Amino acid sequence: MSTSKDIRSQIGSIKKTQKITRAMELVAASKMRKAQDRMALSRPYAQKILQVIGHIANSHSEYRHPYFDIRPVRRVGLIMVSTDRGLCGGLNLNLFKKTLAKMRDWQKDNIEIDSCLIGNKATAYFRRLHSQIVGQATHLGDAPTVADIVGVVKVMLDKFENGEIDALYIASNEFINTMKQQPKVEQLLPLPSAVHELSGQHHWDYIYEPESKTIIDILMRRYIESQVYQGVVENIACEQASRMVAMKSATDNAGTLMEELRLAYNKARQAAITREIAEIVSGGDAVA
Amino acid sequence: MAFTIKVDIVSAESTVYSGQAIGVFLMGELGELGIYPGHSQLLTRLKPGYIRLQFENNNEAVFYISGGFVEIQPDIVTVLADTAERAQDIDQMAAVEAREQAERLLQDKQGEIDYATVLAELAQATAQIQAIARLKKKLR
Repeated sequence: MSTSKDIRSQIGSIKKTQKITRAMELVAASKMRKAQDRMALSRPYAQKILQVIGHIANSHSEYRHPYFDIRPVRRVGLIMVSTDRGLCGGLNLNLFKKTLAKMRDWQKDNIEIDSCLIGNKATAYFRRLHSQIVGQATHLGDAPTVADIVGVVKVMLDKFENGEIDALYIASNEFINTMKQQPKVEQLLPLPSAVHELSGQHHWDYIYEPESKTIIDILMRRYIESQVYQGVVENIACEQASRMVAMKSATDNAGTLMEELRLAYNKARQAAITREIAEIVSGGDAVA
Repeated sequence: MAFTIKVDIVSAESTVYSGQAIGVFLMGELGELGIYPGHSQLLTRLKPGYIRLQFENNNEAVFYISGGFVEIQPDIVTVLADTAERAQDIDQMAAVEAREQAERLLQDKQGEIDYATVLAELAQATAQIQAIARLKKKLR
């Protein structure tokens, strides 16, 4: 029968799809664990730098680094972190929606936006929007290095130092747990002055080699870089977690679909048999 | 027991080393530094080179770093290592690269980025074909 054959081939193709989604789920699960480790590994560096910056800021109260300056905002920089690949549920779209809302607020206040894009998905999406794209980094892979994002960050920091932008934001996903990822748009620059009060008062100062300004300049840059790097790594953990969940539900859906089809297939088969028997019996009756 | 000092070598990507040592030797920007417990507070930039740690049982460990900072307190040494060779001109090149990539993206209308549009068109075409096939089936 043609219908039962159709159903059988459909079941076959769903089974193959299910195999793929299950494999992707398992791969995402193991990658997620690695990404989480990487997330944890990158934290001590940023914390330590923050401590040192806090200390320097405290002991040199007369010198304010430009990264602490709050200026009237006419133009903002936005670093948009996204994934390189799809099939990870609504992760990117949720983040874009959140970011777009923020961008609309800025546009209402006549604030212009310069954006730097990290990841393919942001590139595909933001190309259609009319925002100025000043930098881009894609194909970072599963284990990005700081060197991959240095360029993007430098473009933005240069702009901030030259007064072209007055604030810098980063949009990325926050890893809360495997089931939950939260899109967020956070301010990187100017640095919240809370950093100033971080380490309390000290009665000693470092010996600086070379002078303190050079050191704090570079430390500041490293700090922002490490913040962006952390955002990127965290986003990768989110990507894998989200993909794992999406693929799991796809696998489950394939299972239910297959069950329904199998039921339909059995019904069709039984109906065919019944009809055949009826035909034979009525044929025999006609002969007799 | 000899006096020891805590040593942390961290980079933006990972923690390279964390533990106790008797002495730390590294290349500061203004010259080589030998650090023992009780060193005064010092903050300096590091040249690309080796960090040598000396342990209690006369063992040594050597790490290579491609630059960074070291923060020294009397009882703790923290090395903030860079993960790659960093210099003003290398950073500048990376920035130019990022900017150029963005420019290419804006100019290149038929490039690989148009993949998304192509995919959308393909999906549309497939839907149309399916609709036509369904119509044909009904007519038959």
